[in-house]
Amino acid sequence: MSVLLRLLVLFCLAFAGPAQAQDDPFALLAGDNFDDIRHGIEQLATSGNSQAAAVITALQEGALYAGPDAALLIKQDETWLDARTGKPAADVAEDALTAVPMNNGVRRAAEAAMGSLELFSPDPATRRHAAEAVLKSRDAASLPGLARALQTEPDAGTRLVMQQAVAAATLASPDASEPDRLAAVNTLRTRGDLDARAMLASLTDQPPSVREAAATAVIAIDRMLQLWGLLQGVFYGLSLGSVLLLAAAGLAITFGVMGIINMAHGEMVMLGAYTTFAVQELIRAHAPGLFGASLFIAVPLAFLVSGAVGVAVERGMLRFLYGRPLETLLATWGLSLVLQQTIRSLFGASNRDVGTPQWMSGATQWGGLTITYNRLVIIIFAALVMAALMAALRYTALGLRMRAVTQNRRMAASMGIRTPWVDAMTFGLGSGVAGMAGVALSQIDNVSPNLGQGYIIDSFMVVVFGGVGNLWGTVVSALTLGIVNKFLEPLAGAVLGKIVVLVLLILFIQRKPRGMFPIKGRAVES
Amino acid sequence: MNRTATILCLAVILGGTALLAFGNATGAVPTYIISLVGKYLCFAILALAVDLVWGFAGILSLGHAAFFSLGGYAMGMYLMRQIGTRGVYGNPVLPDFMVFLNWKELPWYWTGFDNPLFAILMATAVPGLLAWVFGWFAFRSRVSGVYLSIITQAMTYALLLAFFRNDMGFGGNNGLTDFKDIFGYPLQSDSVRRALLIASAVLLAASLLTARYVVTSRFGKVLIAVRDTESRTRFLAYRPERYKLFVFVLSAVMAGIGGALYVPQVGIINPSEFAPGNSIEAVIWVAVGGRGTLVGAILGAILVNAGKTYFTGAIPEFWLFALGALFILVTLLLPKGILGLFSSRSERKS
Repeated sequence: MSVLLRLLVLFCLAFAGPAQAQDDPFALLAGDNFDDIRHGIEQLATSGNSQAAAVITALQEGALYAGPDAALLIKQDETWLDARTGKPAADVAEDALTAVPMNNGVRRAAEAAMGSLELFSPDPATRRHAAEAVLKSRDAASLPGLARALQTEPDAGTRLVMQQAVAAATLASPDASEPDRLAAVNTLRTRGDLDARAMLASLTDQPPSVREAAATAVIAIDRMLQLWGLLQGVFYGLSLGSVLLLAAAGLAITFGVMGIINMAHGEMVMLGAYTTFAVQELIRAHAPGLFGASLFIAVPLAFLVSGAVGVAVERGMLRFLYGRPLETLLATWGLSLVLQQTIRSLFGASNRDVGTPQWMSGATQWGGLTITYNRLVIIIFAALVMAALMAALRYTALGLRMRAVTQNRRMAASMGIRTPWVDAMTFGLGSGVAGMAGVALSQIDNVSPNLGQGYIIDSFMVVVFGGVGNLWGTVVSALTLGIVNKFLEPLAGAVLGKIVVLVLLILFIQRKPRGMFPIKGRAVES
Repeated sequence: MNRTATILCLAVILGGTALLAFGNATGAVPTYIISLVGKYLCFAILALAVDLVWGFAGILSLGHAAFFSLGGYAMGMYLMRQIGTRGVYGNPVLPDFMVFLNWKELPWYWTGFDNPLFAILMATAVPGLLAWVFGWFAFRSRVSGVYLSIITQAMTYALLLAFFRNDMGFGGNNGLTDFKDIFGYPLQSDSVRRALLIASAVLLAASLLTARYVVTSRFGKVLIAVRDTESRTRFLAYRPERYKLFVFVLSAVMAGIGGALYVPQVGIINPSEFAPGNSIEAVIWVAVGGRGTLVGAILGAILVNAGKTYFTGAIPEFWLFALGALFILVTLLLPKGILGLFSSRSERKS
């Protein structure tokens, strides 16, 4: 039955169809010839007909049916719509209908048509997306649609993409003039990304001048891409460097300024991370609306928790060990075991889930740079922590006393400074800073009782590389190590890169046994 | 006091081992005890090595586990070659992990390791060479104190990362294991276990005598002078770096021997042996026993490890508390270690 009908339709089209069908896309679609259907789609897409999108979508979904007399119907949830008007169709002879057939050519045409139709979508993001898709398709047939879309497009960024799409299509079109092609090459050159480079590199059948322009454009794009790659590397390096800096900042005080080899430093960081976890749990349970502010609450709390533990440790343990630096190492190692086990007993051995607030997730594109917000926030946080730490040492009374005690303990004592109290406060400050670092690290690392172990060696390296007792040295050292590490990674792989950094560091210490910025003077020798 | 302590220590080690071995042969002592004590004795050799550099040259090495592990890997490579066709893949030349990684032939640095004498030579030469290169650079540039400690730690950390890599050809994460034979005898048999225990005891005794000979000699006196005031010794026209370098290499060789004995007794060597924590623990054994006493290092290593075995079995939840508390209390209350208790009493008497 249906075969007979199809034959009948074909028969009708062959004799009566062509005359009227040439200018009626709907009639073309109702045809049985794949070429006709394709032309129908292309005409419909450029006609500006309000039914275009609905009809082509229906075609793609296999819901477009053709009937006798070029009738075209869309099947929607068991009801029939007239494709030409979009209104429900009356007395449909379902038996006489057949689905409009598809092959790969038709499917491609439908996709391209939908792409150019979306150029007119009311949603700016869809339009942008469609423009990108058209750009990648490099289809000369999209030129008329692009030209019309450009006239109405309000968004400058999308207009730019559309112009680039026009350029790509111009280069692909067989009948564009040479100056147009040269202009198109230039447009793509300013786009400067990998897509543009691929298009320019794969150009064929072009006049010599255009080929030449394309070749220089490819070189220029390569250079730009390299530059962006370099900048991206610097950003990753800064990000890693700021993590190292945060982890090492507290140690720069306890180890660098006080000379205590604090093997429990990593556990102070871990305490900060668990404080964040506890704060978030409380917020989740009692005030879910505050979740976005959880980190702001956690930072001072982590400082207090780790700082208090630090003061307690100094008073209860370290003060008996002054003058025996290597033995503090052993005692603090024991302390780190105790702290780890305490946390393991309280919170369990498995990783704890610390959430990331909305404002810290996501990323932004800046030129060729991808900047993730959490990394950016950590860089800023590290800068703030270091600034606060330096200001505290420089401008507060406590800072003044700390510096006095480290420079000359007995003289400071005879000037009436309570050196034991200053020691406790200094160690508390260093530990508190480590706690604040823990808040930041909880955002990028697993929060487990072993969190601190992963940072302790790196932290010591940073402090030693920068020069003990020098906060600026620590900053420079952390950022240098971060950037060097990130640039070695693509060359040697992550693990080998790290090994190379460690070996370089060992060699560097041979050249400069007291770090990049050593403190000079007689006190050093003792 | 020191001489009597040394003699007493030697007697206890050799006598105790002989007693254990005899007990095992008659069935009174289970074999796992034999392996356990053998393991402690290997750790004691490592502790002795640490005490030699820390107690007498003032070099606080936080990387001695690296020398221990390198010795262990050299021995492990020999034991791997001994497996022969009994591996899972039955390849007569390649160890299982290399077959698994699709390697076609043995890397050049594995040649010779089918020979036990060569393997034993390497177990001492590789750590010694590493220590010589490392020490030559470090002592010549006068890197000392905490800086030296930190870079030794960096060294072992770098090795840890390196040995984790599969393409290093040392079995990556899993290390070397599934050993079958040693010198042609099955590794699991009781008699081989006893022989390994006795070998450990004898080598520990030999190490103790060597170390004691070195530190009581004229050389040892200069070494102690270097430890106490390096600059003053230098002004007296000594070359501290040479003294330090010699004792550092000797200590590394000793640690390598310990590692080589350790691997056949525990049956596995993997990169986690390089972990910086292990080196710190070795330092702690020395601190617990008494730094700069040699005998104390052995005592500390055996006591702490026996304690660790007991605590992990008896109170697995809290053994870290016990261990951590032990370290804190020892450094706070016993600055001279356990041996310090006795020496201060005898000094008071005299």
